[in-house]
Amino acid sequence: MTSATPMLSMTEIGPTVTVIGAGPAGLAAAVEAATAGIRVTVIDAGARPGGQYWRHGPAGLDADLHHDIALFTDLHTRFQRLITTGKITYLPGHQVWTLTTTADEATVHAIDPRDVAQPVEVTVTSDYLVLAVGAYDRQLPFPGWDLPGVMTVGAAQSLLKGSGVVVGPRVLVAGTGPFLLPVAAGLAVRGSRVVGVYEANDPIKWLGQLPALLGQSRKIREAAGYLLALARHRIRVRHRSIVVAAHGSLRLEAVTVARLDRSGAIKGSIRIRIPVDVLAVGYGFTAQSELPLLAGCEMHATDDQTLSVIVDDQQATSNTRVFAAGETTGIGGAQLAVAEGTLAGAAVAHVVGRSVDGQARRLDELAMQRDQLRRFAVALHAVYPVPSTWTDIVEADTVVCRCEEVTVAEISEAVALGARDLRSVKLLSRAGMGWCQGRECAYATACLIAQQVGTPLDLGSGAGRPVATPIPLGLLAATYPEPAETDQQQLN
Amino acid sequence: MSTFSFDDRVVDYRDGQSVGAALIAAGTYSWRITAKSARPRGIFCGIGVCYDCLITVDGVPNQRACLVEASAGLRVTSQLGTGREDLAR
Repeated sequence: MTSATPMLSMTEIGPTVTVIGAGPAGLAAAVEAATAGIRVTVIDAGARPGGQYWRHGPAGLDADLHHDIALFTDLHTRFQRLITTGKITYLPGHQVWTLTTTADEATVHAIDPRDVAQPVEVTVTSDYLVLAVGAYDRQLPFPGWDLPGVMTVGAAQSLLKGSGVVVGPRVLVAGTGPFLLPVAAGLAVRGSRVVGVYEANDPIKWLGQLPALLGQSRKIREAAGYLLALARHRIRVRHRSIVVAAHGSLRLEAVTVARLDRSGAIKGSIRIRIPVDVLAVGYGFTAQSELPLLAGCEMHATDDQTLSVIVDDQQATSNTRVFAAGETTGIGGAQLAVAEGTLAGAAVAHVVGRSVDGQARRLDELAMQRDQLRRFAVALHAVYPVPSTWTDIVEADTVVCRCEEVTVAEISEAVALGARDLRSVKLLSRAGMGWCQGRECAYATACLIAQQVGTPLDLGSGAGRPVATPIPLGLLAATYPEPAETDQQQLN
Repeated sequence: MSTFSFDDRVVDYRDGQSVGAALIAAGTYSWRITAKSARPRGIFCGIGVCYDCLITVDGVPNQRACLVEASAGLRVTSQLGTGREDLAR
């Protein structure tokens, strides 16, 4: 059911780079490298460039929903021009399912599943890779979180930005982090009744992070804009508040919220039940880690408990063929992603001897901007940590792994049987073994293991995913050569 | 507005909308029944990561409703369990 594999090898036409992802980091890297004269292939899962941050429908970005529109317009205009002049090959709607690197090249296998009956595989070989694969919402389980109508804040945002659909007439936004604000504001602007924003942390903690705010007037203005929009729609932001349960039989009907004390523990016995159609919830972000892991890049858990790629000042990873930029190197937002992407594109140009003259000062300034934005991100992580009390909210029958429907009790049972890390808990309980391969539940499962075993949080042991996205078996078979005839005879 | 079919209903969509977005706009929040506990599921992550919104499109099961772009005449059906009961017979 798969068509032939086109081989897009371009090594004979000068230096080449494949950029995976066309969000803020990927677009910036592609434009920078292509402008320096490198042949660039951009592979992106999205139908249109922009990633999650600049996700848009056929009519383009919406002035009332999107931010940094001028930055996108500039990058997008240059991106399109470079496509037209043949400097960039753009493959939208393609999902990378594996990659390999050797001492001199990198090969990426992607699948275009847009024709569901006939997915197409594409293989791209180039000199270097830039991984700009982004991030997704981090989730914490709570009773009822698997009810239809409970969704991530990112889902509410993507439905709004990408499809112009408001998720429901009555929405409650909850979790932690500044991302809750634009989502609530966007929903309100487009006609949802947002019954409140329930933020687990307390912004008073910014007082301990003032140095990181220096020079970030753009970020502060952005946050002020959201708060103003929320005030205009009479939406209250309640701090130190958390959703402890979602209720409903076949779909969400109400949520229960509680207050948290200064230590982050549930305060008192007051519980408020609020009727809603949709709960949009998120506790920060998780960096996409499977492609850097497949490339063998050294990883580390950043201060926000996310597994991220380690990069140097040039955005180079421990794999000499691979650079990385944006959220996959640590969660920090779109402006940081653009700075890192640009620097990664310039670094590829430098290693192939195509550095553009007169750019040293501009790149130095970008590197300074990047470092400043990283310090801001670290401060943000300190203000908006995951509320540790979440493990008190779950019940024995609360589902943790949504795919395989594995409960808290089943994970505890695996630990009781001797499992001490994500991998062994997965093998015993099936948590993380389903379609999403643990992307949604690995963090929560790792927290439960750490708590029950009394070990530090270990995100690494469950993160390796040899096949990054599910693919038809026929396609997998077609990717590898048939065994030679002699081998087949031996097999017979 | 164009339409596609969802089970025995007709669903409106606008160009560029995903199947999942069009279903939510039509007030439908679930279209899958899980294999183990027979629980309803629909959109969760909305960006292709979680695979909770699996749906059958033109007879092919396990498609992500949040990623499949709606198109005229698409035949979309709810998915029971793995969507591959045919293999279990």
